[in-house]
Amino acid sequence: MIEHRDDLASKMGMWLFIFTELLLFGMLFVVYAVYRSMHPEAFKLAGQELDVVLGTLNTVILLISSMTVAMSISAIQKGNKKLALALLTVTLIIAVVFLVNKYFEWGTKVEYGFNPGGAELHQLGHGTILFFGLYFVMTGLHALHILIGIGLFLYVFWQVRKDKIHQTDYIWLENTGLYWHLVDLIWIFLFPLLYLIH
Amino acid sequence: MSQEKHHIVSYKTHVFVLLALLVLTALSVAITRVELGPLNTAAALLIACIKATIVLAWFMHLKFESRFFTVMVSAVIILFLLVILVTFFDYSYR
Repeated sequence: MIEHRDDLASKMGMWLFIFTELLLFGMLFVVYAVYRSMHPEAFKLAGQELDVVLGTLNTVILLISSMTVAMSISAIQKGNKKLALALLTVTLIIAVVFLVNKYFEWGTKVEYGFNPGGAELHQLGHGTILFFGLYFVMTGLHALHILIGIGLFLYVFWQVRKDKIHQTDYIWLENTGLYWHLVDLIWIFLFPLLYLIH
Repeated sequence: MSQEKHHIVSYKTHVFVLLALLVLTALSVAITRVELGPLNTAAALLIACIKATIVLAWFMHLKFESRFFTVMVSAVIILFLLVILVTFFDYSYR
């Protein structure tokens, strides 16, 4: 039984999936852009409620995790299993830390009553409600993608360990890497739009 | 098909790419702390686009893949920009 393999087609399939993801988040960005143009002042004020330090920290660690995945592919290509596993471990730790930061960030917002249906949000205007609704939906959908990424990395880590992913067959690692960079790519736009622009 | 030679990106290149991304991140934080009015948004989005291009080209390997991938990605980005354009035409001229 000869195993059928077509790495290029696998990669193309992954890119097609990434396009659906880009359009999914893209439409949320369109909604954000329209509501921002309708409520510019409210969006400015509401954006100032977000923790820039925490947002920047999460941006920095996510960029680092993108590099470690990209490096783990180079390591596998060079046949360096140990290094690939170490780099994947760093990526996994960073993904978990990102979610822990998000937990505290969301916790603070809920504490102040900024969550959808929250007490504080009721006192504020329509624009503020829209901003925080979008903030929770967009960062929430993004966090869900991080969570799925953790599952993928656990699987890939296991496969590398068992030598199922190796120097001549690493498309699973490559496609998981592509997925992770997509998650990073989306955050690159979420960060300035939600946290920075005042 | 699957046995062709693959381009291996060196570790050093990856480190330089990360440094570039971190510098751009610092720049976008710094630039939005300064009061520039609508220029803030433009600057932040421009830097985000540069960062996205770097991630696509190096981390996502578009620079080293067949040109076909780059064409596909560009087409999707153009489609997305058209959607934004049409949406805003709709909202502006109602």
